[in-house]
Amino acid sequence: MNRHGDKDKSLSFRSLVLTVLNARYATAAKLTLRAQTLAAALRFTSQRTVSKTHLFTSETHPYRWVMIKVYIAMVLLLPGIAFAADVSLHGFMQGNYSLGTKANPDGGDFKWGEERIQLKIDAAKEPFRLFIKTDASYDHIDEDSELELRETYIDYTASKWDLRLGRQIITWGLGDLIFINDVFPKDYEAFFSGRPLEYLKKGVDGIKIGFYPESVSFEFIAIPIFEPNNYPNANRFYMFDPMPMVTNREEKEPSATFENTEFALRAYRDIAGFDASVYFYRGYFRKPYMLPDNLNNTTKITLFYPELSVYGASLQGRMLDGVLSLEAGHYDSREDRSGTDYTVPNSQTKFLIGYQKQLWEDFTAGFQYYGEYMHDYSDYKKNQPAGLPIDKRFYQLATIRLTQFLMHQTLKLSLFSFYSPSDGDYMLNPEIKYNFSDNVWAAIGWNIFGGGEEWSQFGQLDKDDNIYLQLRYEF
Amino acid sequence: MARYLMVLLIMLLPIEALAISAEDVVKKSQAAFHYQGKDFKARVVMKLISKGGAERVRELTMLRKNYGESGGDQKFFMYFFQPADVKDMTFMVYKYPAKDDDRWLFVPAINMVRRIAAQDKTSSFVGSDFTYEDVSGRDIEDDTHTIIKEEKLGENDCYVIKSAPKRGDVDYSYKLSWIDKIHFLPIKEEYYDRKGELYKVFTADEIKDVKGFPTITKRQMKNLQSGHTTEVAYIKSDYNIGIEDSLFSERFLKQPLKKWIE
Repeated sequence: MNRHGDKDKSLSFRSLVLTVLNARYATAAKLTLRAQTLAAALRFTSQRTVSKTHLFTSETHPYRWVMIKVYIAMVLLLPGIAFAADVSLHGFMQGNYSLGTKANPDGGDFKWGEERIQLKIDAAKEPFRLFIKTDASYDHIDEDSELELRETYIDYTASKWDLRLGRQIITWGLGDLIFINDVFPKDYEAFFSGRPLEYLKKGVDGIKIGFYPESVSFEFIAIPIFEPNNYPNANRFYMFDPMPMVTNREEKEPSATFENTEFALRAYRDIAGFDASVYFYRGYFRKPYMLPDNLNNTTKITLFYPELSVYGASLQGRMLDGVLSLEAGHYDSREDRSGTDYTVPNSQTKFLIGYQKQLWEDFTAGFQYYGEYMHDYSDYKKNQPAGLPIDKRFYQLATIRLTQFLMHQTLKLSLFSFYSPSDGDYMLNPEIKYNFSDNVWAAIGWNIFGGGEEWSQFGQLDKDDNIYLQLRYEF
Repeated sequence: MARYLMVLLIMLLPIEALAISAEDVVKKSQAAFHYQGKDFKARVVMKLISKGGAERVRELTMLRKNYGESGGDQKFFMYFFQPADVKDMTFMVYKYPAKDDDRWLFVPAINMVRRIAAQDKTSSFVGSDFTYEDVSGRDIEDDTHTIIKEEKLGENDCYVIKSAPKRGDVDYSYKLSWIDKIHFLPIKEEYYDRKGELYKVFTADEIKDVKGFPTITKRQMKNLQSGHTTEVAYIKSDYNIGIEDSLFSERFLKQPLKKWIE
């Protein structure tokens, strides 16, 4: 269906609204589900299921209810807008399966196995636009179904500014699968399980305001409700846990109060043919860190999200027939500026150099080098408890992406690889994707992890290699 | 009296002085083909047809704005309606005559704007038989142009121009263009590979007057070696619509205004 939709389409559209109305439960469903999926961090955090403070107490999360009400209002508004505005409906049906090359920790074979339908509803009556992207899926491994609002927002567009309110996906920075100034939530479970790349990004519930005066553009974002990263499920993935004996764990997210609201600001403009941006963020690490109740006799571990501010900049432009990307950021770990608290990460300076070039027809090669320098390293080393792994002062990561299109760009062969020169671990992801028609495509790929230590980023996933299939019908 | 003198003088001039040079033909053709109006908008339907007859369709709105004279800088903005997996994708090009273009792509699924490194000279435009350069035009200085003959092609009196690339930066060794003597649009182009064999043929299949500008509204590129053909139709087109400079920005790449893309 195209944008200038026919009259008779509006009928089928109304029945669809009923389906979408059900999606109001998705917010609630998703929030509880998230509590069940353990946020086990990539580098040295837990892989145990934790109990969690209840999400639906209005004292701790007043905004959450506000947002749920806002989404319900948006969905209810839809039929009204549908008559007045230009409405389009698109989406896909998808099967997505990932088979581990070794059995999972719980004995299962599949890292992922689901069917999914996504609907995208776009209703516009300028200067307003309502967009809803909602997924319904059935997971064969846990045998449960889920409704999820991936994005739901209202746009208002004026000539020199605009506003987006609601659940939205925000992407900042220049890295290809390396994130410095993209401080927004990620789903690493999706990434490591062979789901389509768009599922690596999670939406945030908040407001984004853009200002566009003559010389510089600004994006200002406020996020009242904290959303952590999602890490692989401990039943399906082997991951490093420094304290496997301690099973009593509690995850504590920053409560949704005004003081805890995250702010992010980006200013950007062209400088001599380069796209230049500066970034600021004040919020939290999205990876949980472990706080034992007693280091010598730990009975309980609290997983928490330390306060973080990020100051960054990036530059991207043409260089020697290719595209050069430079990005840097200073991570100010506000709860441990001296670097002496072992439960909180030290401040860091991160940088990235990337270069991408087309070498021949439909073949592009991209290379990235990334570094992470830990400040107050001697204090970190002095205070790190015995028995816990010790990070290097200077962490390095290099990536290569090779992409070849064939057969009028219907067949895509790609390889992405991470390799850490400092830790010695790696991840390889070869993939073949074929578009059978304009509506049907399939991708087969392989995630391979290894090297390094049992606690290093990809090394800990050594036993988690998987082969995945994505099959999608798009409409 | 002055008029008669003029006519007499012209008749006395050697015949070559009256003839247009190959460079002039190519310049006029570039102006007619890629630079008409201050700006231009078209709703484009592109059919990619395989040797076996299987069709794939790309539908997009293309906007173009000129900066300076014919042959100067241009900006392009494209919004994709079809196929479904690229719907809402937008693509922006800043084209410079003497250096490589700047290109940005917006991927809606992850709300990300990226610069892309594709080379315009050999890269296929969205998998079609057209290269990026075919869409936005090739720099005149990149080739040596000669008029090899003048002939009638169908109804059209044409100059036949041979354009040979000065550097081996494209897939063909030379190109023959049949350029109409009146409106200077190319009616046909033949591309010859490095062995001198004809392998790609462009034809302008429909030319319409849009706001006083003769415009190729149907065209095709056929690859004789692969049997693959791309047919392009402009189902709507317009000139001098007052496209604002601000359209060509990250802001509107992410959220294109309906008035520009519809």
